Amino acid sequence: MTEFFQSLGMNYEWAWFVATIAGILLIALPLMLGVAMIIYMDRKVWAAINLRRGPNVVGPFGLLQSFADGLKVFLQETIIPSAANKGLFIIAPILTFTVALLAWAVIPFGPEAVLADINVGLLYIFAVSSLGVYGVVISGWASNSKYPFFSAMRASAQMISYEVSIGFIMVCVVLWAGSFNLNEIVLAQKGHGLGFVNGYFFNILLFPIFVMFFISALAETQRVPFDLTEAESELVAGYQTEYSSMSFALFWLGEYANILLMCALMSILFFGGWLPPVDWEPLYVVPGIVWLLGKIVFFFFMFSWVMATVPRYRYDQLMRLGWKVFLPLSLFFVFAVSGWLMLTRFAA
Amino acid sequence: MVDLTQYLPILLFLGVAVGLSALFVFLPMGVSRLTGAHNPDAEKLSEYECGFPAFEEPRDRFDVRFYLIAILFIVFDLEAAFLFPWAVSLDLTGWPGWITMMTFLVELLIGLAYVWKKGALDWE
Repeated sequence: MTEFFQSLGMNYEWAWFVATIAGILLIALPLMLGVAMIIYMDRKVWAAINLRRGPNVVGPFGLLQSFADGLKVFLQETIIPSAANKGLFIIAPILTFTVALLAWAVIPFGPEAVLADINVGLLYIFAVSSLGVYGVVISGWASNSKYPFFSAMRASAQMISYEVSIGFIMVCVVLWAGSFNLNEIVLAQKGHGLGFVNGYFFNILLFPIFVMFFISALAETQRVPFDLTEAESELVAGYQTEYSSMSFALFWLGEYANILLMCALMSILFFGGWLPPVDWEPLYVVPGIVWLLGKIVFFFFMFSWVMATVPRYRYDQLMRLGWKVFLPLSLFFVFAVSGWLMLTRFAA
Repeated sequence: MVDLTQYLPILLFLGVAVGLSALFVFLPMGVSRLTGAHNPDAEKLSEYECGFPAFEEPRDRFDVRFYLIAILFIVFDLEAAFLFPWAVSLDLTGWPGWITMMTFLVELLIGLAYVWKKGALDWE
C-alpha cells in the first residue's frame, strides 16, 4: 500500500505513515462492524436452537438490530456512581476495548495482508490478551459496589487459570511449527494432514490440544458454560453492573472482539488460517481472507452452539477443570509433542 | 539485533485504539448533555443493590484462594515463559536441551503435586 501512496507524490516516510494508518483503520473499523454482525448472529443462532425467531424487526431479517442497540446506548446518559473511583471507572472500558483491538495488529489475513509481521506474533497475542484482565479488575474495583467486586475476583481468577494452559498449548503448536510468526505457523500447516489437508487438527498429537484450546478459549472469554462472572442470578450483570451508556457497551464490544480473536487464533493455529482447507491448487484462487473469515465464522457458530446447549458450570468445577485437568494434561502434551519431535525430526 | 521498526505499526495501532475507545466513552457524555438525557440524582448515583440501601463495605474481605490462584499463576506462567524460547530452538539444543527442560518440568510437576495435596486447588 505504501507504493500506492508514493505514486500519489508523497515521499516514502509520509506514504508509509498514511498506508499504516489506512491499514489500521482497515482492521479496526471492519472489526467493529464484524462485532456488530456477530452479536446479531449470536442471537439468531441462539434463537434458532431454542426454536425462537430472534431479532427480526429492525431492518431486513433484523440485520440492523445491533446498530439500533448501539444508537440507543450511545444516546443514553452516562452514570458514574458517586462512590466510584471516577478516573479508574472511566479508564476500565477504554482499557478493555483498546486491548481487544490491539491484538488484531498481528493477525495475518493473507500472505501479505498483515499489519505488523513481527517474528514473535503469537507471543505478542498472548501478552496483549493477558492484559485484558486489567480492565476486568479495574472496573470491579473502581465501581465500589459488591456485585462488580465479586465478579471481578471470579473473572480474574478464571482468566489467569486458563491462561496457564493456553500458554502450554501455544508451546505445543510452536514446537511443531518452529516459529512464533503467525504467517510461518500458517505456512507450516500446508499439506500437514496426510499430505493434502491444511491444518494441525488432523495431527493425532495436536488434535487433543485443539480441543483443550477450544474449551480454554470459552473460559478465557467468559462464554457459556464458564460465564460465572455474569451469572445474572447471583451477580446481576457482573463487573459491568455499575456501567451505563457506551461504557457498558464497550465491555460487550471488547468481549466479542476477544471471542472473534480466539476464533481467529483457532483457525490460524489449528485449521490453516488463510490456507484453503485442503491443499488443492484451484482452491488457492479464492483469496486467503475469505478462507480465514469463513473459518472464524464457523468457530463462532460453534461458540454460539455451545452457548445455546450447555448449562453453566459451578465455580469449583471450573477451577478443577483448569488446574487439575488442563494444566497437567497440557504439560503432558508439551512432553509428548517435544519428545516425538526429538525422535522424528531432530534425531541427528 | 531486533528490528524495532516492525513494531512501529503496533505503536500507531495503540494510538488509534486508545483514541477510538476514548471517543466512545467521552462522546456519549457530551451528547447526553446536549440531548438532555444527562439528569443525575442521588438515587441514580448510589451503588446498585436489590432495592435496599447497601449495608456492607463493598471492598470487604474476600476468599484467600484468589490470592493462591494468583500466586500459582505467576509460577506456572513464568514456566511457560521459559518454554517459549526453548520451543523455537529445540533443533539447536538437541537432546541436552530437551532433557534439561524435561527435568525442569518434572520439578514443577512436583510443586503442582504438593499444591494439589495441600488442597490449595480445592474449592468447595
